[in-house]
Amino acid sequence: MTIGLSHYLAVAAILFTIGVFGIFVNRKNIIVILMSIELILLAVNINLVAFSAYLHDVVGQIFAMFVLTVAAAEAAVGLAILVTFFRNRGGIAVDDAAVMKG
Amino acid sequence: MALQAIAFYLLATVTIGSGLAVVSVRNPVHSVLFLILTFFSAAGLFLLLGAEFLAMLLVVVYVGAVAVLFLFVVMMLDVDFGALKQGFARYAPVGAVVGGVLAIEMIIVATAVARGGAASGAREPMSALDGLSNTETIGRVLYTDYVYFFQAAGLVLLVAMIGAIVLTLRHKPGVRRQVIADQVARTAESGMRTVQIKPGEGMGE
Repeated sequence: MTIGLSHYLAVAAILFTIGVFGIFVNRKNIIVILMSIELILLAVNINLVAFSAYLHDVVGQIFAMFVLTVAAAEAAVGLAILVTFFRNRGGIAVDDAAVMKG
Repeated sequence: MALQAIAFYLLATVTIGSGLAVVSVRNPVHSVLFLILTFFSAAGLFLLLGAEFLAMLLVVVYVGAVAVLFLFVVMMLDVDFGALKQGFARYAPVGAVVGGVLAIEMIIVATAVARGGAASGAREPMSALDGLSNTETIGRVLYTDYVYFFQAAGLVLLVAMIGAIVLTLRHKPGVRRQVIADQVARTAESGMRTVQIKPGEGMGE
């Protein structure tokens, strides 16, 4: 019944897969795509913290903090782009995003 | 030890279940709420690993800021989410197959690493080292060896903040704003003028 490193890694792997699956099946809904990216980054964080804890090295937790920072920044800028896109197009369908170039 | 195992399995089940719900429920508001639940139980997993500081950071940053930002945007945008859900049934089987293969591969690799690979010596999660708390340990490393990374992370947040403000700021035409420079530059000459008004006509402007 002891919980080892592989248990945490398995949870992280499943969560990562759910994130990839979410991007696959919600191709039109950019909000859910952004949330899937957050799930993927959370899975990476779980991996980093699990290795950090079991290898007795605190550096993994520091990297998890940086990942957290970048994820927060990414969510903020992504949602800002989404709001601007919605104002310009009146919708958030991903297919319309092809006109965003230039 | 058994209590720890029960807590782990409970938190892991809730994390994975609510993660699945995030990508599969129809209403995006529910999706965001499930995202909050996912982060909350992931914070519980961090606590089990002895990373208290990151657990609290996850709750504060994600549940307190990012998820609320998502909720705000979802509620602010008036979008027909039913139309966006089309294609779910079409892509779900392929996605499930790809995801299943991906998950099995990653779990096999992770188990191999944990049992016989680089991390094979690890048996127990780290507890507080030498009487130092987890937060103090992180601080001692973060503010010495990783201080430049720390500053760079602050810069990333600053750029993200400025970027988000610049992207969403808009000036509506027709809205009168206070221009302090004009007010300060106003003199008696520029602020007053005399006009000759003929009787009975008024000042048509």
